[in-house]
Amino acid sequence: MKNFFKIFSFIILFSGLSLSTQAAEKVEYLKTDWSFKGPFGKFDRAALQRGYQVYTEVCSSCHSMKYLSYRNLAEKGGPEFSIEQAKAIAASFEVKDGPNSDGDMFTRPGRLSDKFVMPYDNVQAAQAANGGAYPPDMSVLVKARGGGVDYIYSLLQGYEDPPAGVTLDDGVYYNKYMYGNKIKMANQLSDGLVEYSDGTTASVEQMSKDVTTFLMWSAEPHLESRHQMGFKAIVYLIILTILVYFSMKRIWSRIETEV
Amino acid sequence: MSDHEYTPKSKFGKWFNDRLPLLTLANHLTDYPTPKNLNYWWTFGGILTFCLITQIVTGLVLAMHYIAHADMAFDSVEHIMRDVNYGWLIRYIHANGASMFFLAVYIHIFRSLFYGSYKAPREIIWIIGIIIYLLMMAAAFLGYVLPWGQMSFWGATVITNLFSAIPLVGEGIVTWLWGGYSVDNPTLTRFFTLHYLIPFLILGLVVLHIWALHVPGNNNPVGIDIKKPSKDTVPFHPYIVIKDGFALLMFMIVFAFFVFYTPNILGHADNYIEANPLVTPAHIVPEWYLLPFYAILRSVPDKLLGVVAMLSAILILAALPWLDTSKIRSAVFRPLYRQFYWILVADVLILGYVGAMPAEGLYLLVARVATAYYFLHFLVILPVLGWKEKTLPIPLSITEPILGGSPNLATAKNKESLNK
Repeated sequence: MKNFFKIFSFIILFSGLSLSTQAAEKVEYLKTDWSFKGPFGKFDRAALQRGYQVYTEVCSSCHSMKYLSYRNLAEKGGPEFSIEQAKAIAASFEVKDGPNSDGDMFTRPGRLSDKFVMPYDNVQAAQAANGGAYPPDMSVLVKARGGGVDYIYSLLQGYEDPPAGVTLDDGVYYNKYMYGNKIKMANQLSDGLVEYSDGTTASVEQMSKDVTTFLMWSAEPHLESRHQMGFKAIVYLIILTILVYFSMKRIWSRIETEV
Repeated sequence: MSDHEYTPKSKFGKWFNDRLPLLTLANHLTDYPTPKNLNYWWTFGGILTFCLITQIVTGLVLAMHYIAHADMAFDSVEHIMRDVNYGWLIRYIHANGASMFFLAVYIHIFRSLFYGSYKAPREIIWIIGIIIYLLMMAAAFLGYVLPWGQMSFWGATVITNLFSAIPLVGEGIVTWLWGGYSVDNPTLTRFFTLHYLIPFLILGLVVLHIWALHVPGNNNPVGIDIKKPSKDTVPFHPYIVIKDGFALLMFMIVFAFFVFYTPNILGHADNYIEANPLVTPAHIVPEWYLLPFYAILRSVPDKLLGVVAMLSAILILAALPWLDTSKIRSAVFRPLYRQFYWILVADVLILGYVGAMPAEGLYLLVARVATAYYFLHFLVILPVLGWKEKTLPIPLSITEPILGGSPNLATAKNKESLNK
């Protein structure tokens, strides 16, 4: 049994090491409480709905979210808009469809099954409109950046005047959390930029937090069921392990050897 | 082998067994005499079998939904994560399962190194194990390419380019591997095919690995030959089955923690960016389990020699049964070897660490020293140690330890008076 604990602590140590090396690479990002962290973490429904509002009103003019459909907005574990709300949201977008029986493309109001409408037709159009920089698709953005949600949250609030000696080209901005500090996206958020229907004050900090929460959901739409299932699975495994441990002790007690 | 003659009880069983002795095999597997002092380091064989089966089963389901095409692979992975029922669970088990597989295999290999399980008469088991390990690395690398993210693409580019170091035919081989002049759709489709094939090759080799094990039987922590069956052994079922099962459940708890709570921590964030041949990531790093070899590769300034060094680092293990000249198996009775063993463990961990860091300055220096030491351990320290080391007296059996044991296993065995 002593040996066993040695092995087990070795595995825990390995896990700890892998976690801490990830942590060591981080710059000091701004901290905030994320409701979805931890084994019981869940999304803050209101924050997701506000975050969706920030995305549509601010980000979506340049950033696509090609893996999201309007139906996702009404699904469990997400912003959980009602079906009617989600339908209304979808219908507020013009979707290109076709070809019809005459062979022509046409536009129609969006449906729940449609993917989020893209701001540009293709990558080249997006680059042409943004000084050569492609505004990345935001569907899995928080998983595609080393610092994750903390990085995105900080980046949105990290705009500063460049320190003395740093010169910036046209269309390049200074951000203290960006890799290399130079970013082609201008500061987008300012206090009161959007008007939240639930009365929350739309400070830059609040909007950053809401939209980052929304991005976390878009990258991990099944996060809540993953956490819930994980808890059940691990409790089940622990109980089973304890039962098997006592069975093992019983079986091995037939011979005089320690397990 | 010490299998007693087995006859099935039922008439049908007898009839069937005469034609295909499956029941004899099942009887052999349950009765298989196993040393009773096997500690928990020995449970990783069973854990590895579990890992292999898990990877095959989850992989089959993933392959039903995945599309091996450069334009659609990344999208199809997101489709699995979002729209396939429990697709996220299957994919996270498969992705983290690879890491768990390697964690278990490293423990399994280092257990063998500590207790001298590779020594006569178990050389063939060991060499089959090395081939399995090589195939595992191939499968893991090929699998990492399939999501077609940035690390997939650039990892594939870096690794396949290693073949260009071969004189004269190198460039041609790389073009042949790629199926074109860069990593592209033909590369992806063949990588997918091979990724699907290799696990079944591994499965076949695992059968041989276990077959070869069942000829001499398990080594054990004391490292001595034992009589089978005897007071020193227990039947595989139920004793070892329940113990392996208990250890496997503990392992599954760790596994589940990764899958459910930190599913992406062992991967690289860049792999959630779709492959882009025009943008090179700042640091191209392999998965954690390949880092020690990556460090060895980069520590040699010449490309060809670097590749040779990296391959030698793995292949040298196959010669281990002959490089280790000591007659004593278990490090328990080899005080000097025990210390060098732990230095080797530290050396490999250091290589893994510097493999993750940029190859410059102090990191590069450390990588070079650690690489040199790695080869020194196998090529110089092990052979010399076998001749010079003063080993401790070994016991004659597991149940009756240290009864006038001799430091030399062969003489101890030959003394009839000591062997009843």
